[in-house]
Amino acid sequence: MNRLGIDVGGTNTDATLVADGRILSAIKVPTTEDVTSGIVAAMRAVIAKAGVRVDAVMIGTTHFVNAVVQRRHLAPVAAIRIGLPATTGLPPFTDWPDDLALPVAGGSWMVEGGHDYDGRRFMPLDSAAVRAAARDIRARGITQAAVTAMFSPLTQEDEAAVADILREEIPGISVTCSHMLGGIGLLERENAAVLNAAIIPLAQETISGFERAMRETGIAAPLYITQNDGTVAAASQAAMFPVFSFASGPTNSMRGAAYLSRVQNAVVVDVGGTTADFGHLHTGFPRQANASVRVGGVRTLFRMPDVLSIGLGGGSLIDPDNAGIGPRSVGYRLTQEALAFGGDKLTMTDIAVAAGLVDIGDRSRVRHLARGLVDAVLARAASMLEEHVDRMKTEAGDVVLIAVGGGAFLVPDRLAGVREVVRLEHGGCANAVGAAIAQVSGEVDQVFQGLARDAALAQARDIAERRAVGAGAAADSLSLVEAEDIPIAYLPGNAIRVRVKVVGDIA
Amino acid sequence: MRQLSADDIEALSVGAWILGAGGGGSPYHGLLNMRRLYREGARISLMQPDDLEDDDDVAVVSVMGAPLVIMERLVDARLIARAVEAMQEHIGRRFRAVMAIEIGGGNGMQPLMVAAHLGIPVVDADAMGRAYPEAQMTSFAVAGLAPAPLTSVDPRGTEAVISRAPTWKWMERASRKLCTEFGSIAATCKAPRTGAEVKRWGISGTTSQAIRLGEAVHSAYRRHEDPIEAILLQERGKRLFEGKVTAVERRTTEGFLRGRTGIQGLGADRDAAIEIEFQNEWLVVWRDGAPMASTPELICVIDNDTGEAIGTEMIRYGQRVTVIALPSPPIFLTPAGLGYVGPRAFGYDFDFRSVFGA
Repeated sequence: MNRLGIDVGGTNTDATLVADGRILSAIKVPTTEDVTSGIVAAMRAVIAKAGVRVDAVMIGTTHFVNAVVQRRHLAPVAAIRIGLPATTGLPPFTDWPDDLALPVAGGSWMVEGGHDYDGRRFMPLDSAAVRAAARDIRARGITQAAVTAMFSPLTQEDEAAVADILREEIPGISVTCSHMLGGIGLLERENAAVLNAAIIPLAQETISGFERAMRETGIAAPLYITQNDGTVAAASQAAMFPVFSFASGPTNSMRGAAYLSRVQNAVVVDVGGTTADFGHLHTGFPRQANASVRVGGVRTLFRMPDVLSIGLGGGSLIDPDNAGIGPRSVGYRLTQEALAFGGDKLTMTDIAVAAGLVDIGDRSRVRHLARGLVDAVLARAASMLEEHVDRMKTEAGDVVLIAVGGGAFLVPDRLAGVREVVRLEHGGCANAVGAAIAQVSGEVDQVFQGLARDAALAQARDIAERRAVGAGAAADSLSLVEAEDIPIAYLPGNAIRVRVKVVGDIA
Repeated sequence: MRQLSADDIEALSVGAWILGAGGGGSPYHGLLNMRRLYREGARISLMQPDDLEDDDDVAVVSVMGAPLVIMERLVDARLIARAVEAMQEHIGRRFRAVMAIEIGGGNGMQPLMVAAHLGIPVVDADAMGRAYPEAQMTSFAVAGLAPAPLTSVDPRGTEAVISRAPTWKWMERASRKLCTEFGSIAATCKAPRTGAEVKRWGISGTTSQAIRLGEAVHSAYRRHEDPIEAILLQERGKRLFEGKVTAVERRTTEGFLRGRTGIQGLGADRDAAIEIEFQNEWLVVWRDGAPMASTPELICVIDNDTGEAIGTEMIRYGQRVTVIALPSPPIFLTPAGLGYVGPRAFGYDFDFRSVFGA
């Protein structure tokens, strides 16, 4: 199977063709304003180089999260909350920044219904109130709705019933149900559902753009979009759940690193021009952040990779007085402004050139740098790397460190707490490789009660496997990548919250 | 009596979380409710216990329940106000003011929500000076005051009064059952206190203490100073240990989150290690097999990077933390107080020794 992986970043669009474990070609082109033409250029170049037919296309993009951050291309959303008479003190859009609420808050409707933590009904669903809300939403001409019910991650019944009523009453309405997006935490899950609904029109347009680019390039193959967790979703599915693609950039780098190195458990550092991003690979997938994550100033709870960024990159500015590194960087102007390239700024790359770690630019231009300064800066960079590698560890002991990205030469071979530093041939395109090799996943995050730990885990796994197959995975290729159980304080009956994820190959 | 500003309430939420000593639940929802009520025009007055008349009635409030359930049911200002109204109906008198049973965590915000709805002031006092896992662990219990009556309400309209209970422990057991039936969360108004009782047995000044603590942390952030140093200075606390979390073990037993966390030393504490045991809140710091600090003194674990307190539910491997101790209200250091909240009350076989010396 020939898989074309594309990662559309802020600066570069990377593309690679992977066939049965081999990288046939890899290319880097500048990202264009309209995104599509950059992708067309990348696809053409990488296919021409490889000279093979493409069987599947996987694209990762930061487009959707940027829309939220920049408050552009957002649709107004009707927020429907099912949980009266509780939850009234904190209605939808609570704790949203004004400039984001303005384009997105199309109104809120709160109705009786919902469940408790043990699956018992909290209140009967007030269908009449839902119908009245639907007619109101229709009259206002709103075409995106987000539906959130109390404890819906455990019991989806009410969200599904409300979605049906909305579709009956409002022709053409698009409905996001919160249980599809996140776990326990009503406000955060509702926020995720509303953000998702707000960017669905943009996601549909963007994905049609990708499909157009494929047609222009003459590729007739299924399109997949990469997700926060390192898996892919079919384009039609991804267009309905764009929030799942928010953090696919760092995830793709980590997944690519795992694939290229054949290492399943390691810390990954992606050293770019401005930052070094650390992540932790666990059975080949990035570890997920445990706490709520703010996106564009809004608290959300859906799964994002646990990434740590520090100001250490090839373009980081060096203070010669105290051997200080960054956080300011010359960024993409490195090849004009760095000393080794004829500029007048002392950067981390100049230090590396002076030390002979990398052979780029003009070494004679950095020969005057004092040996003491060069050593001091490199020692500081090493200790920054050591500290943050250690922070990403989940248990004591030495780890494998995979160094990828354009600035990987800044990572020394010997670091405290690191057993081995792995470098990769196509490390600069690890993100596109990560996109190309992505699999399909199924996840569950649910509270189980009155079950032994093993029985709860087994039941969770069964649900996750059914979801993965529903999302397009081949049933016989499924494997468990994450299983975690957290006992819950105060709840009777040994309640445990179980999170399980399985992945499989595209069917 | 002084009116609280919106900034005071922001600061209170930060201070209350630190005084939670790892438990008490997050004040976030309470803060969001108060921001909304302030936008709608509500204003809260804070009164000193000394300004109460001896025969004034004071409501004592808390929300009992599981943090996980609160994440879905959310915190509703009107519900806790309803618990207080139900108590007024039961005793046939109106309250002069309202106070928190525990200042630590989310319950530190509850009296403000009652005050906003009923138009009465908040008393600058509580009965724990921190957070504790069980309702009988209060200065009022230590003083032997009556544990009843108690009202417990559910948003669907079920309201219960426990009109009598022979002991605080029985009150805890009966009210816990109600809470479970309501969905493991209930808004409660505890046994009303007279002005005289609050002045004699309440822990005075804890609301303004939490506000000052939050202000100190905010101002350290603004000046790019060390927030941990600001906490220690403000509370006359003591730095116990600095290190990295290397182990976390949690289990739920009898409805409580119990467990331990191991911390390997960094900096001056390099080559040493400690272990902290918890039951919802941090209880005992062990070093070389001996207790280094314990309840009733407050043990707080602060994230070195953010300066924020870390809850027992959230601590995880790899975090860089500083462990500090803050002084306990004096009443819990008496033999009677230690009987309720000293190490032996939590099943430990050692006597309390203060980290602050004799």
